[in-house]
Amino acid sequence: MRYHTPASFDDAIAIAAQAEGITRFLAGGTDVLVQLRSDLVTPDDLIDIKQIPGTHDIVQNADGSWTLGIAVSGAEMTEHAGLCAAWPGLVEGMDLIGSTQVQGRATLVGNLCNGSPAADSVPGMMAAGVTVTVMGPNGTREVAVEDIPAGPGRTNLAKGELIAAVNIPARGENGGDAYQRFIPRTEMDIAVVGVGVSLRLDGDIITEARVALGAVAPTALMVPDGAAALIGSTLDDAAKARLAAAASAACNPIDDKRGTIEFRTDVAGVLACRTAQRAYDRAQGKKVAKHV
Amino acid sequence: MSKIHVSTTVNGDPVDFLCDPRETLLDCLRDKLALTGAKEGCGTGDCGACSVEVDGRLVCSCLMLGAEANGKEIATVEGIADGDTLHPLQEKFIDYAALQCGICTPGILVAAKNLLEKNPDPTEEEVRYWLAGNLCRCTGYDKIIKAVMDTAADMREAS
Repeated sequence: MRYHTPASFDDAIAIAAQAEGITRFLAGGTDVLVQLRSDLVTPDDLIDIKQIPGTHDIVQNADGSWTLGIAVSGAEMTEHAGLCAAWPGLVEGMDLIGSTQVQGRATLVGNLCNGSPAADSVPGMMAAGVTVTVMGPNGTREVAVEDIPAGPGRTNLAKGELIAAVNIPARGENGGDAYQRFIPRTEMDIAVVGVGVSLRLDGDIITEARVALGAVAPTALMVPDGAAALIGSTLDDAAKARLAAAASAACNPIDDKRGTIEFRTDVAGVLACRTAQRAYDRAQGKKVAKHV
Repeated sequence: MSKIHVSTTVNGDPVDFLCDPRETLLDCLRDKLALTGAKEGCGTGDCGACSVEVDGRLVCSCLMLGAEANGKEIATVEGIADGDTLHPLQEKFIDYAALQCGICTPGILVAAKNLLEKNPDPTEEEVRYWLAGNLCRCTGYDKIIKAVMDTAADMREAS
């Protein structure tokens, strides 16, 4: 295994594009090193992209949007008061991953590119409308987070392509987001169902909504019918019933030791309503504790 | 296969070593620097027995390559005591008998010290969540949590 520390994304892409064997990009390493140690994936070229300038930065742009470097850890996000105030749901999804130690290294892009359908940060990013900057031998493009996963352990990135930045929209007025997951424990577990919701209010009425589900299909899913169920409502019981039905209908889960198909499908509906309520409360400026 | 030259700082001392690119920081600490306080429990970042600080950030040294330590400041359990004077956390772990076999203890001491430096007055819930990635299979967690809470109280009083 060759270990590379390129000083620019262009150099990283050049190394990856010329590599003949297995290539992995290394940021936090919390998945890559586990795969390396268990002999699941032994890269011929391991490209550490953390030394590229800007990869550790959390920047709020003039228009209120955010640009996160690909090596920003979960702990750095949780400690950033401005980001937590703007996008608490996105941050709480990331914060639920692993232990304090894992938070010290784990990154949004790593969680996304590892390709787990149960990745906790992904539904929150999708609900928030996050895009990533994809760079490769053929240039640079901006891709919605929901278009990156291709299936368990797989992404739509081509050979030599990498993600160079995370772009989070401006939160704007009267918005709120939330992420919740179901796990059998209270901490340190893999989601059985995860739900991300972001919405915007005009008075008490929901005017914009995005709903995303994790761990109930081969990739995390956008649920446009769930968003449609919310828009125009005050999150009354009828809207919640429509949201729950839409979330359950979107599920295409597997049976495994963490949950059956029937259980996941039912929980998706219940959790979508709870998560929407948290996002709604936040949009109204109410304080909503994390880890509930 | 060529080795990588790593220049780093461990517990305040400048250190150089050569490592294979596949070797973890934990491998390097234990096998090259003879710092065997950090343990390999799981090797997959689940148990926290290999906890160290890198530039003040708590991490699992099994989830980081030795090569990544270049230019960083590493702090291990060996640096917690001041010569023969134990750190207050170490004293309290003895007072509370907050260990049995001791495999998890170095990682828990490093993690708890890192918590108290960030938050000198944590709630019990905060301590429990902070240490959720440090598994102990014999003591049970109550004595550990009590020892950390009591240390925090003493350190607040002393400061």
